[in-house]
Amino acid sequence: LNSRMFISSQNLLVAFKRFTLVMPAVAVCNVGQLAVDLIISTLNLSRVGYLHTDCLIPMAGNNPYSTCKEDAEGLHCPAEVFTAAERKLAVLQIRVPIIQKKSKKFRQMLVSWIKSSGFSRTVVLSSSHAYQRDDQQLHGTPLRYLATPSLLKVSVDTLKELGWREMERVPAFPGVKDADAEPRLCIPGGGITKGLYSDSCLAEDLPLAVLLLFCSEGDNIPDAFALVNHLNDWLHLLDTLGCECKWKIPTSWSLLFGSGIPPALF
Amino acid sequence: MATFFGEVLSVYSRAVDEDDEDLDENEEDEQIRRELDEKRTVQLQWSTDVTESLRSGNKLLCSDFVLAVGHNAASFLSAYVLASAKWDAVGRALVWNERSRAATGQTSEESACVFYRHKDTPAVLICHVTCYVAEDQQFQWTEKVFDCLQPRELTVTVLSDGSVADYKTADYLCSSSAPFLRALHTSAFSDQPVCQPLEQPNIVTGLPAAVLNHCQVHRIAAVVYQCYSDVIGPDSVTMETYKPTLTKLGKSIQVNSSPQTDALRKFVRATEIQSNLYI
Repeated sequence: LNSRMFISSQNLLVAFKRFTLVMPAVAVCNVGQLAVDLIISTLNLSRVGYLHTDCLIPMAGNNPYSTCKEDAEGLHCPAEVFTAAERKLAVLQIRVPIIQKKSKKFRQMLVSWIKSSGFSRTVVLSSSHAYQRDDQQLHGTPLRYLATPSLLKVSVDTLKELGWREMERVPAFPGVKDADAEPRLCIPGGGITKGLYSDSCLAEDLPLAVLLLFCSEGDNIPDAFALVNHLNDWLHLLDTLGCECKWKIPTSWSLLFGSGIPPALF
Repeated sequence: MATFFGEVLSVYSRAVDEDDEDLDENEEDEQIRRELDEKRTVQLQWSTDVTESLRSGNKLLCSDFVLAVGHNAASFLSAYVLASAKWDAVGRALVWNERSRAATGQTSEESACVFYRHKDTPAVLICHVTCYVAEDQQFQWTEKVFDCLQPRELTVTVLSDGSVADYKTADYLCSSSAPFLRALHTSAFSDQPVCQPLEQPNIVTGLPAAVLNHCQVHRIAAVVYQCYSDVIGPDSVTMETYKPTLTKLGKSIQVNSSPQTDALRKFVRATEIQSNLYI
């Protein structure tokens, strides 16, 4: 099943062995997708293939990362894989929502593709509704992480050094003291995040981490920078100059608030 | 949670749970879902000779596949190409979804997605799609149709209706600029499109996007001409905007370059009757 989902865009066979995969979860505010866009456009990654599946809504457009008129053309599809072989980095971008009744199937296909490709670790960039935080989550930074046991085995020290906060488990029935009810993991608005994490933990034992941000709908560009800088603290994709990273905003982010306004207004 | 009759049911709070998690369904729900999925399956019906050749493993030899999505694109092809009476209807696709009308609209549904083949040049296939193809059906429609076509030497041209309200540009669009065409093509398409490329951040969605995705991934030459119009519904000015797209096709089939205005008017009038807003 998974071998049919990934289709190479080159004549060469693509090898992902021991690569780090960074991918977004299609979630509230699309922060993960925006962050992935920043990585692709800044590191100038090259496309190596597509995830071609009926679980995603069809969409097509010209080059979203074009820098000049000459490279403006070039068709881009709903889900594409980019790599930087010298960095051992692969990035999956998903540009469309997942068809709702097929989200479980998509998750399973992803997990089996990740497994068969031999990625050394997978980082899922995600987000969650800020308004659904509980009291303990309201304090401090809006950034959280989750890591599967097999990832913790190799990265526990690094994560400790970074001083990141793990996503809190919330009580099943808030305000009710019930010894039987175990606290649960909740990622409201996170799309496939929770399912992907639990699948990777339980059945497959994949080395996978989730980085997520609590946010609210609006202009989420600052959120994307926050999340990608957070990721950079760990993976060092970009050298930090002072304390500011120079991420490159892709051209496809233009006209976020619609077309130009009629000059007759003034 | 207590019901109207006072029984206490164990229901978890929606406020702290995933809205899209897969719940344990009972058997009846599952059966309803399965039947709905079955009903939503796209079905292709070909004429007897095409069915025969497909069954014996011969895919349709096709050099040009022209797909018109939307009423304006379809009417344009009807007036400029299909009017020459050299075309046979060879098949149709049946698509059922939430926007399909009940039994009364049966005839219109059946003619909503028809394939035509040229009598003298059978390598040219034309398809009209005037019905709504739902998001979960677009991928399937494309896979099924392209599964019947020989992919070698195939060029796909899609004419697609769009609204100027969906077009984003930094300059303000004055009303006289619409309708206009924009092109989006796959990497395998080596020809020069007849109009400007679609600029970022504009995108193509729906069935034309599904066709582009399929052709890009399978390295088939394909181009989508998206017509941005400011008129809702069939309109002769919008139809004529598609005219330059046929220059390439004109080599393989005869194109009626100037159909009588009556022919176009017929398509426009068919929908006008339904509107009595200003009578």
